[in-house]
Amino acid sequence: MKRSEELFLRKNNRVLNVYCTAGYPQFDSTLEVMKSLQAHGADIIELGMPYSDPLADGPVIQQSSMDALANGMTIAALFAQLRDMRKEIHIPVILMGYLNPVMQYGFERFCQDAAMVGIDGLILPDLPEFEFESVYGPVMQRHGLDFIFLVTPETSEARVKKLDSLSTGFLYVVSSSSTTGSDKQMDPVADYLKRLKGYGLRNPLLVGFGIKDKASFDAACTYANGAVIGSAYIRAISEAGDIDLATKEFLDSVLH
Amino acid sequence: MTVTYQNPDTHGYYGAFGGAFIPEMLHRNVAELQSKYLKIMADPAFRRDQDALLRDYVGRPTPLFHALRLSEKHGTRIFLKREDLCHTGAHKINNTVGQILLAERLGRTRIIAETGAGQHGVATATVCALKGLECIVYMGEKDIERQAPNVARMRMLGAKVVPALSGSRTLKDATNEAIRDWINHPDDTHYIIGSVVGPHPYPDMVARFQSVISAEIRKQLLEKTGSELPTHIVACVGGGSNAAGAFYHFLDEPDVSIVAVEAAGHGVHSGMSAATTQLGKPGILHGSRSLLMQTADGQVIEPHSISAGLDYPGIGPMHANLFETGRGIFLSATDEEAIASAFELSRLEGIIPALETAHAFSALDGMRFKEDDCVVVCLSGRGDKDLATYMQYL
Repeated sequence: MKRSEELFLRKNNRVLNVYCTAGYPQFDSTLEVMKSLQAHGADIIELGMPYSDPLADGPVIQQSSMDALANGMTIAALFAQLRDMRKEIHIPVILMGYLNPVMQYGFERFCQDAAMVGIDGLILPDLPEFEFESVYGPVMQRHGLDFIFLVTPETSEARVKKLDSLSTGFLYVVSSSSTTGSDKQMDPVADYLKRLKGYGLRNPLLVGFGIKDKASFDAACTYANGAVIGSAYIRAISEAGDIDLATKEFLDSVLH
Repeated sequence: MTVTYQNPDTHGYYGAFGGAFIPEMLHRNVAELQSKYLKIMADPAFRRDQDALLRDYVGRPTPLFHALRLSEKHGTRIFLKREDLCHTGAHKINNTVGQILLAERLGRTRIIAETGAGQHGVATATVCALKGLECIVYMGEKDIERQAPNVARMRMLGAKVVPALSGSRTLKDATNEAIRDWINHPDDTHYIIGSVVGPHPYPDMVARFQSVISAEIRKQLLEKTGSELPTHIVACVGGGSNAAGAFYHFLDEPDVSIVAVEAAGHGVHSGMSAATTQLGKPGILHGSRSLLMQTADGQVIEPHSISAGLDYPGIGPMHANLFETGRGIFLSATDEEAIASAFELSRLEGIIPALETAHAFSALDGMRFKEDDCVVVCLSGRGDKDLATYMQYL
């Protein structure tokens, strides 16, 4: 059984997916960050592949991406760091990034190498469903990788259902129309999530964008299966002397 | 619709280039544009409004000027399409007039734009003032410094100019910030992209709004020479909006040589260049697949050009297809050559061109013409905004 399927069978509420940028804060801290996340309560790790022009990201993740690139992070270097990942990391790991670096690496080769190191799925926000269906989806499926689409409050019912039918793993519910790390209020999100629940979707729902603390995590989990935290965690480790301690303190504050 | 050099397929592809690689947050807005733009643009009432503004406000048709002394220098006939005489000083307003009328029909009240040299920002601020709409222009911090007069003009016109502080702090980064703004304001905002870049339908929509340039050239050439067709049409290319407009109605005429001139900066292989077709590989930037200057790892390379308007690591997908198919000839001019051409045009014809436009004139020096050739150069903008740069060479 796939790791993500196993996870959601075992746990269908308060699933915590934490985003971190590969090669941040240091080039070789990637695995250390992942181990800390696993040890202190994350259920899924969303590992960001840094890109020079991250359109859907706000300032915090932009900066972590710039720092990671300056540290020398590349897709090839990342796969080298992750070679023995599965000896220590047992929770699902999703790679998040933008299509251009993946295309340059070679899409087939990328999927093959990702599957080989034990990656479970991909989030590529600038890959639209037309391209997914016509070109890229079959390649991911061939290598057993999940692909997770995003839906927003503006996504129509018909389109939510379509994107749900194309997604495997979970569906990424963008809490409000924004880039990552925004401060928009969570209140109107309740109605939106209730609406989504009424559609009878096949995938678990994880809410992302603007989840930053216990209150917003709890609010998201009232209607969804869990949530994704990104910018707030990056901020928490950005100047940490001890990544493990900073990760523990941050996750404790969100979960307990 | 038949797919041709100027018409993309229904998914916005010109050959292998184009498409709409956008995050879901932009889907509703982009899909709405895709489904409505052609209908709105074909509506007689829309065309009436557009034509009236282009005539009475922009000052169209712009003249086609037979540049006698420049012709003499090159031993041929050279005509200049005077887009520099448009209101606000460049061709950019052809597009902003069209898009503001479109935004009105879509019920949008807040307008955002990106700008490099500031010409598109000024053209956007201008039509927003005309229509009483809120206007926010994103501009790279570096460009704000080197194009101060245009920043002042935008502010005087009531626009808010927001510096883009990320990356190379130029046009690419201003475009990123504008797209992020649109993601954050999906309900009331229309994004007026200034070039033939971005997700489908922008490249096609902007090319159509700019195609008035070549429609006029055909009529004017017929009056002046007895033939609608030049032998060469020459334009500078950053993203490529003036070139798209100048080439548009000649792309299906195999006898017309299409010449696009990119900015080579310090030299194509100097590491300080913006000559995308020479240095780029297929990639995705700002929502479309095109040629893109990038590292082996797929990170976008920060380009260089003395002209802020050409300082862009990509090129519109229509142009990428012209390059790949061989329909267009792609040349380049360095910073130094562009400066020299700007001075030469000023002194031969009494016209101070924009730095961007000057690149197109530099390319003439490397071309061979016959005496009875008919060369049209798109004089896309005037040089007032570049005086601070030109003064360093006086």
